[in-house]
Amino acid sequence: MSITTTRTAAGGFPGRFSSRLSSLRQSRAGVLTAFAAAAALLLVAAPALLPVFSLSLLGKFLCFAIVAVGIGLAWGRGGMLTLGQGVFFGLGAYIMAMHMKLADAALFGGSGVPDFMALYGTGTVPGWWEPFRSPVVTVLAVVLVPGLVALVLGLAIFKRRVKGAYFAILSQALAAAFAVLLIGQQATTGGSNGLSGFRSFFGFDLADPANKRMLYLLAAVVLLVVVAAARQLMHSRFGELLVAVRDQEERVRFLGYDPATIKTVVYVLAAVMAGVAGALFVPLVGIISPADVGVTPSIAFLIGVAIGGRSTVLGPVLGTLGVAVAQTSLASSFPSFWVYFQGLLFVLVIGFLPGGLASLPAVLGRLRRKNDAGPSVPPAAAAPEIPAAPAVPAPPGMSAPTPVPAVSAAASPLAAVPAASKELRP
Amino acid sequence: MELLIGQMFAGLSLGSVLLLAALGLSLTFGQMGVINMAHGEFIMAGAYTAFVMQQALGSAGASLLVSLPAAFLVGGAMGLILEELLLKRMYHRPLDTLLVTFGVSLILQQVARDIFGAPSVDVRVPSWLQGNVELLGAPIPLTRLFILALALACLAALALLLRVTPLGRRIRAVVVNRDLAEASGISSRRTDQLTFFVGSGLAGIAGVAVTLIGSTSPYLGPNYIVDAFLVVVAGGIGQIKGAAIAAFALGVLQSVFEFSTTASIGKVLILAAIVIFLQVRPQGIFTLKTRSLA
Repeated sequence: MSITTTRTAAGGFPGRFSSRLSSLRQSRAGVLTAFAAAAALLLVAAPALLPVFSLSLLGKFLCFAIVAVGIGLAWGRGGMLTLGQGVFFGLGAYIMAMHMKLADAALFGGSGVPDFMALYGTGTVPGWWEPFRSPVVTVLAVVLVPGLVALVLGLAIFKRRVKGAYFAILSQALAAAFAVLLIGQQATTGGSNGLSGFRSFFGFDLADPANKRMLYLLAAVVLLVVVAAARQLMHSRFGELLVAVRDQEERVRFLGYDPATIKTVVYVLAAVMAGVAGALFVPLVGIISPADVGVTPSIAFLIGVAIGGRSTVLGPVLGTLGVAVAQTSLASSFPSFWVYFQGLLFVLVIGFLPGGLASLPAVLGRLRRKNDAGPSVPPAAAAPEIPAAPAVPAPPGMSAPTPVPAVSAAASPLAAVPAASKELRP
Repeated sequence: MELLIGQMFAGLSLGSVLLLAALGLSLTFGQMGVINMAHGEFIMAGAYTAFVMQQALGSAGASLLVSLPAAFLVGGAMGLILEELLLKRMYHRPLDTLLVTFGVSLILQQVARDIFGAPSVDVRVPSWLQGNVELLGAPIPLTRLFILALALACLAALALLLRVTPLGRRIRAVVVNRDLAEASGISSRRTDQLTFFVGSGLAGIAGVAVTLIGSTSPYLGPNYIVDAFLVVVAGGIGQIKGAAIAAFALGVLQSVFEFSTTASIGKVLILAAIVIFLQVRPQGIFTLKTRSLA
């Protein structure tokens, strides 16, 4: 108690604290302004400026960014390295694709059977396709199916305290099995060709540029909502618990929380985000195939998150958009170079800048300080941290004159207390 | 009866390939806790070594015998370089090593594409491995028998290495308690390097083995890496014994599943079986007993 008050008197803490608080307030206002600016850019400027083709491409990138927000939550904040987000992305995408195929068949074919089924298989619609004729069921399933799969898997894995590498490998195996399953079911999922050739989206003609703009806007709105929700979540008590689970799972358990529940909730949230992104991806891009959901694309989702800064809110979004833009401009003209580049990105960012670009200023600052300070002036950097020479008051009831100020002037208050009591001992 | 024998042997044969792919992985996984995604590409490097040897020597039989030690050296050298350049800096960040080595595996795949081209190449099987032997009326391909023998030989050699040699003692000490091993005078740096050399070398041998049953392409690695990881996880991290049991169990199980359903559904059932198994034993068949709470 006494130490705290003397610190207050010395003016060490409160000044720094209030300045930190105000800078926090500033940064919060800054984030809000940035968010509003980004929203305006996405919702107003992009549709006005870009031709429809580029807009659809940007919409595709936005879908990846939605997945990235979920990965940022699960991996950056929760420490769950999920290598299988492609599964949830694929579930959402295939559900939407099945609905669109069925709707197209009913609208244009008359028979109600998607074209490829007549080509490869029996020419009848399998039973598990039937529910997706209904638009309502489809929209619900896009959210619920990835969520339920993640819930079952999350409970099975986290409740048994399977974690770290085991979880990463299982999620990776899930992606591999999912891709194999899709390829194997040629007659009902289109096999390795996937599903493509959609003509309508909930009754809107996909060839119409106005409807493509609408689809883009839908993706942009979903991304903004997801980012805002993730931010709210991260600043809530739950968000703090999540970080605590990542850093010290046992301590959180000893405090009476169940880390498995916290992790499962976030894993399900990330899965739902990926599922919704997949469902938006299909009408925007016009095809979904096992090549979009297997092991490699699932892990590739992570690179943008890592580059932008896995534990920040906007980092994963910006990183993913940056990588997607780079890939589109580089991969078509230099496919071989792009693969090397992508591999190097993984190695350099994860190996040497694990905080991503968001941590670059801090890392550079640390390096500069290290260079400036050098080994020859060690105490200079640490000195201002210690409040200078506070007087420790004599304990009540002791009237003897004490040499305390002289002693404490030499050292920090914490060191002064035992010295003083030694002096006072009879 | 023939069907049963045939299926059992198909399972054992699958298991021996899994074991070859997973042995080295289990060793390096246990050593530093790093997850080497590039292990699959080391297998690919071993396969291409066999291909290059055959191009150079001409004779299929001689090249197979030369390829085995050569691929061990090639894989081992790659592992050593990877450990030295990257992994030694980050063995306290196991999850990040997974992504770093994924980047390495992307690069290695592209290197293979640029050198050997994207289409797959074939390695000829020596004449003394062509044909079948009859076992209780079921035809058993000689190549499969050879791979089974090779896997068992590698397992025995590794077990011997770990059990009786000084290096093996050092490896076991570092796996159980790195700090204590350091304190008692074991150089964990050198042990890490040698472990990576041996573990990655085993990947090279696995690569030679898989050329006997299929063609070689830059995409070889991803086919094996996921299954190899599942073997390591089911067996218990760093447990050679566990890896051996898990590999053969998964091999037999997969061949049963594939026989009774389809290949793709069999794959999903295997994954489900592993998740269910981990409900019973979350740390795999064998666990290293430590005082860690995790």
